[in-house]
Amino acid sequence: MARTLINVPPKAKKGEVIAIKTLISHEMETGYRHDNVGKAIPRDIITQFVCTYNGLEIFRADLFPAIAANPFISFFTVATASGTIELKWTGDNGFSQTETANITVE
Amino acid sequence: MTGADGTACDLFPLAAAMPVPMARRKRTMTVAKAGATTSPLPLAGEGQGGGKHAPPSVRKRGREQAEFAATAVPQPLACSLTTFAAILIAMTVSSPTFAAEIPLNERKSGYEFMGPESRAMQDDDSANPASLWVLDGEALWKRKAGTASKSCADCHGEASDSMKGVAARYPAFNASRGRPVNLDQQINICRAERQQATPLPLEGKELLALSAYVARQSRGMPINATIDERTRPFLEAGRTMFYRRQGQLNFACAQCHDDNWKEKLAGSSITQAHPSGYPIYRLEWQNVGSVQRRLRNCITGMRVDNYPFGANELVDLELFLMWRARGMPMEAPAVRP
Repeated sequence: MARTLINVPPKAKKGEVIAIKTLISHEMETGYRHDNVGKAIPRDIITQFVCTYNGLEIFRADLFPAIAANPFISFFTVATASGTIELKWTGDNGFSQTETANITVE
Repeated sequence: MTGADGTACDLFPLAAAMPVPMARRKRTMTVAKAGATTSPLPLAGEGQGGGKHAPPSVRKRGREQAEFAATAVPQPLACSLTTFAAILIAMTVSSPTFAAEIPLNERKSGYEFMGPESRAMQDDDSANPASLWVLDGEALWKRKAGTASKSCADCHGEASDSMKGVAARYPAFNASRGRPVNLDQQINICRAERQQATPLPLEGKELLALSAYVARQSRGMPINATIDERTRPFLEAGRTMFYRRQGQLNFACAQCHDDNWKEKLAGSSITQAHPSGYPIYRLEWQNVGSVQRRLRNCITGMRVDNYPFGANELVDLELFLMWRARGMPMEAPAVRP
C-alpha cells in the first residue's frame, strides 16, 4: 500500500466549488533509466487516476513517464450532495489503490 | 557558464597565479572580492550527484574540465598585474577573521530564494510531498522494534510534546561518543541501545521518515544548537572546513555561500546555505534527503574526494551551519528546488 494524503473539505455548501488535493507515494520509474551495470530499469508508473463522486466520474487523468515521483493531483468540483468521494490510482505491475473521503453538503 | 571569455578576473587565474603556500592560506575578503566580481563559477553544483534523473554525464564533466583548463591558462598582462596587486593586498591583510560573514539580520532561508510555486508547495502540508514521509515516520514512531520490543513512543510518548524543539538543537553532544551527533545518528543510537534493533541505513527511507517526523515537531522554533566547551572544538572544525579551499576546483564553501549568495550559478540561486529545513523534499531528487546528502552534492561539485554519510567532518560542518543559522526558524520538512 502506498502512502496517500488526501485533502477533501469535510463540509461544503450546496453549489460551492471545492478543491480536492491528492498526493500519493510512488517512484514513477520512467523506464528510460539504466542501472549501474547498464541494465534497463523497467517502467513502473501510475497510469491512471479516476475520481468518482457518489459513483459518478467527475475527474480522470492519464499519467505518463514524464510525471515526477509522488504525483500531486489537484482539481475542482462542485459540491452537489453529501456522500463519498472515491479516488483510484492504477498503474504498472498491477498497482491499484483506492481511497475514500466523506463530504457533508448543507 | 564560466568566465572563459578572457576577462580572467575570476577565481581560477587567481588561484593558479598564487604560490602554493598562499593558495593554501585561509581566504580573506580582499582575495575573494578582487577575484570574484560577477561570480562566474564553473560548476553545476545543483546538478551534481544523485538526482533521480541522469547523474552528471560524462559529456558534461568533460566540458567543465575543458572550461576549467581554458580559464587556467596565463592571462593578459594587465589582468595579471591586477591579480598580483590583489595578492599583495591579501598578504598585507592577514587577519584570520572573515569579513564576508553574513550579518545576522541579513540572513535568509533558502525559502526566500524560491519561486512562489515552490513556496506554496512547502506552505501547504497537503501539497508538500515530504508530508508522506512525516506520516510514515509517525507510523514508525509507534511501531515496536528490536529485541527490547519497544517503540520510540514507549520511552518518548507523544512526539508532539517530547520532540518539540529537539531537531532545532542537533547536532548535539553525545557523552558516550565524546562528540556531537546529528539527529539521524541519535535515532540510530536510540535504536541500537534502547530498542536493541539494528540501526537503520543512513539516508534510507525509514530513517528519513523518522527524522522528518521528529523535525516536523520543531517547525517554527528557533535553531539553537548548544555551543559549550564540549562542542566548541567541533564547531571550530566545521568552521575551518567551511572556509578552507579544497578539491580540484580549490573552492571554499564560503566563496559561494558567504560572498556570492546574491548571485546565480547555472541559473539557480546560490543561497546562503542555512540548514533550516532538513530533511527536505528536493524536487531535483524527487525524494526526501538529509542535510548530509545536500552537503555531499556541493562537495562533489567542488570535486573534493567526498565524505561518506555519517562522517565526522560532515557532522562538524552541520554543527557549524546550525550555529551560523542560530535563531532562524525551523521549516522542516521544507521543499527545495
